[in-house]
Amino acid sequence: MQLTLEFGGGLELLCESVKIHNVNVEPQNGADKLIMKDLLAWVRTNLIKERPEMFMKGDSVRPGVLVIVNDCDWELSGQLDTPLEEKDVVVFISTLHGG
Amino acid sequence: MEETDKKPKKAGARLCCICNQTRAALKRPKTFDQICKECFYKAFEEEIHRVIVNNQLFKPGERIAIGASGGKDSTVLAYILSELNRRHNYGLDLFLLSVDEGITGYRDDSLETVKRNELQYGLPLKIVSYKDLYGWTMDEIVKMIGLKNNCTFCGVFRRQALDRGAALLKVDKLATGHNADDIAETVLLNILRGDIARLSRCCSITTGEDGPIPRCKPFKYTYEKEIVMYAYFKGLDYFSTECIYSPNAYRGFAREFIKDLERIRPRAILDIIKSGEDFRIATTTKMPEQGTCERCGYISSQKWCKACVLLEGLNRGLPKLGIGRIRGVNNGRKKDINQISGAKSIESKQCGALDF
Repeated sequence: MQLTLEFGGGLELLCESVKIHNVNVEPQNGADKLIMKDLLAWVRTNLIKERPEMFMKGDSVRPGVLVIVNDCDWELSGQLDTPLEEKDVVVFISTLHGG
Repeated sequence: MEETDKKPKKAGARLCCICNQTRAALKRPKTFDQICKECFYKAFEEEIHRVIVNNQLFKPGERIAIGASGGKDSTVLAYILSELNRRHNYGLDLFLLSVDEGITGYRDDSLETVKRNELQYGLPLKIVSYKDLYGWTMDEIVKMIGLKNNCTFCGVFRRQALDRGAALLKVDKLATGHNADDIAETVLLNILRGDIARLSRCCSITTGEDGPIPRCKPFKYTYEKEIVMYAYFKGLDYFSTECIYSPNAYRGFAREFIKDLERIRPRAILDIIKSGEDFRIATTTKMPEQGTCERCGYISSQKWCKACVLLEGLNRGLPKLGIGRIRGVNNGRKKDINQISGAKSIESKQCGALDF
């Protein structure tokens, strides 16, 4: 399925300074739908080119990285269990920099 | 199936707990409220207004400088203060004050953001540079001293530079964008360092009231998450790159610890601040006495202020002057150095981007 992924707050530096990525990601491990947990693993393998520890900790994003799905805080949609659908827009923003 | 342009998720399609009409857009860390964008803006702005009023941060007619780095916190602060000033008739003259440390590829870029903010918010901007104030850029300092202790120089110089810039602008007060996460982190760091003087100071919403230019922190109770969400939803223009020279080691650990705690229990951030506020220092604890620097007249608990000691070191080609314990300097000079700094200098502080 087609997704738009956006990196901000300095996270774009981990993926060759490209902020917006239009990607095609299929459900992982034979599942019938894609959830955020699998998307994060996919992003780490396919988009993050350096310092993956700035983006992830364990199987989730590093604390201090905000995730916004279709303009909505992922804490409202189930975090790692958030289901993703065709044409969803997922934004990752780091808060871990100076202000 | 109907498709709207903002396809709500099933789980995320809950309505705002305030207006009960619009889809909730975020979960507030302070209250766990699920709230829509418009209600969030209102609550966020109103809370900061309450903090300003309840703590009497400003008086009508005052000239206020906003310490502006171009980063998220100071950008949101500049936006909110100009908004609240208009809405609630604070009667303030607001200015943006930026420090140019002379870091190519970092500060020059972030200053471009501040220059855009100057136009966007209609606030006059003043930039003071390390080169003008001290004769050295950070690039030149790093060339001389390397990447160890450079944050000590930068932190000490920035603190004074903001005061000097504020004096040039003839402002009554300086407002900085330090948020609740920053303050919780600093409380922990001061405990870890045994720095009792800073521990008692770092939780005050206003500091330096006995000095020439008091400083205040309107975001003292504001979560970093909400500041970033606000900036994102409002599409505010801010700059976000880590300083190219910042090793950030010790503070980095404290920051990570706070963020881990926040994930489990967001309230922890406000509780750490509360602990810092309620700390009572034993009357037997010796506190440094505040005086003035014999050389430049800046506030100092030593004969010379830290900036003058560091500057003397740079200009004499002894950049280790004033850094940590006096190591690697020969005995003959040691006496000389002790005379200059007046006493043992404090342990160097990693990345001083957050000075309290």
